[in-house]
Amino acid sequence: MNTNKKILVADDDVDYLFQIKLHLQNMGYEVLTVESQKEAEEVLENTKPDLAIYDLMMETEDSGFILSYKTKQKYPDVPVVIATAVASETGISFGLDTKDEKRWIKADLYLEKDIRKEQLEKEIKKLLD
Amino acid sequence: MQKLKVLVVDDEPGICSGVKRILGKFTVSYPFMDEDRGFEVFEAYTGEDAIELIKKDPPDIVLLDNKLPGIQGTEVLDYINKNHREIVVMIITSYASLELAVKATEKGAYDFIPKPFTPQELKSSMEKVTKHHFLQGMTQRLNKEGKEVRFQFLSVLSHELKSPLNAVEGYLKIMEERQAGDQISQYDQIIERALQRINGMRTLIMDLLDLTKIQSDEKEKQFEHVNLLDITKNAIETVSPYAIQKDVELNLHAEEDITFYGDPNDMEIVLNNLISNAVKYNYKEGKVDVNLEKDIDQITIKVSDTGIGMKQEETSKLFNEFVRIKNEKTRNITGSGLGLSIVKKVINLYNGDIQIDSTPGKGSTFTVILPLNNQ
Ligand SMILES: Nc1ncnc2c1ncn2[C@@H]1O[C@H](COP(=O)(O)OP(=O)(O)O)[C@@H](O)[C@H]1O
Repeated sequence: MNTNKKILVADDDVDYLFQIKLHLQNMGYEVLTVESQKEAEEVLENTKPDLAIYDLMMETEDSGFILSYKTKQKYPDVPVVIATAVASETGISFGLDTKDEKRWIKADLYLEKDIRKEQLEKEIKKLLD
Repeated sequence: MQKLKVLVVDDEPGICSGVKRILGKFTVSYPFMDEDRGFEVFEAYTGEDAIELIKKDPPDIVLLDNKLPGIQGTEVLDYINKNHREIVVMIITSYASLELAVKATEKGAYDFIPKPFTPQELKSSMEKVTKHHFLQGMTQRLNKEGKEVRFQFLSVLSHELKSPLNAVEGYLKIMEERQAGDQISQYDQIIERALQRINGMRTLIMDLLDLTKIQSDEKEKQFEHVNLLDITKNAIETVSPYAIQKDVELNLHAEEDITFYGDPNDMEIVLNNLISNAVKYNYKEGKVDVNLEKDIDQITIKVSDTGIGMKQEETSKLFNEFVRIKNEKTRNITGSGLGLSIVKKVINLYNGDIQIDSTPGKGSTFTVILPLNNQ
């Protein structure tokens, strides 16, 4: 199993944190959880995770993007996933479809929060290999 | 003074220089514009030149002759309509081709001016054009802002509604798969959290209803002489089960007659939100004081608590939608972050004011002023 791989999760929803931590631990990962962009930045100062999962809306509506950008600046090889509950029906499309979007958003994957955990596991494995 | 760029497209040099001379010292002012408008005149003798100039540096206004040597004025108009809808076009025309000019206005030109024109005729036409240009810019800006605000509101709302759904669904799946074991008691905490999230969602829905209520038409409002004392007593009664549970003491200080001419629903919204917050963000065994005071020209509502308080920089954002302060102390308190934004909107409807005075760890005082001038 993927022992010792460290995943950083930042989300201000404590219930989501609890759940994703449980799932990721069951998959065999070491999980570090933080509740804000600020805390995530502090962790990144001296810890390099193997993968990061960021909620989009925390202190600000684009906290996830900012964290993603900062992570890539410091650790270009760490895959970043942006998770959000915001659906496309609101008109926002955060899909990383165009080159332009990929360049400034700089995340490797964009995930709807309600995805099934089997799907989550598959996506994470893909990014970690 | 703001200068509007005017491009004159006419093959008669006399017209161009005439316009230049007349508009050079002319200014337009309207009470609704923050500053006067002057004019800077450029010229083009053919339609082709005009399009080149527009491409390079789009003017605000185009005075366009119908009959040009090369391509016709209507073609220039078509180009503008397609690429620069914000430019206001006025057709210059001889009386002989009035019909063409009328057609041009149907095709999107704002107005026409028959030539030869007197300086006064040109000036009054330019006044009209300037007003149109200003209003057009205004509506565009408002539309844009309106759209963005709505877009933001919807995306945040969607986020706030879906997060608890996802949380509850996630917990149910954990239970379905017996991830914590076979004993129901092993899920107590999870069930408690799920119930809390459902509660939060209910609050959000109630707040949304309030929001739509206050946004309903002025006409639908039920204005009457409202006894604020009764409304405050009701609000206190509504939160008292919660206050008892938290051992928070509620006190009311008021004179007998505090009437205000307004919609009772609005007044309930203000008092319910402030008083329930004062309990919600209080410590165990804390205190809440509600003061009502009526002067000749205003009513003052003061809700003070001995609760967790907040930092100065946090107070300024609180009246925005969905803003909640996130820290250790507020972590287990559910809410929508809508309450105070609704309160602020209501108070604005009555030209009132709300202020926060707060010290972290000590408590907060919310002071509402409702003016009585048009009572
Ligand atoms: N009396 C108070 N004492 C301390 N903090 C308060 C008080 N009232 C409001 N707040 C803060 O303001 C935020 C916004 O309040 P409100 O708009 O009523 O939303 P909600 O209570 O649903 O979160 C709250 O989340 C809380 O952090």
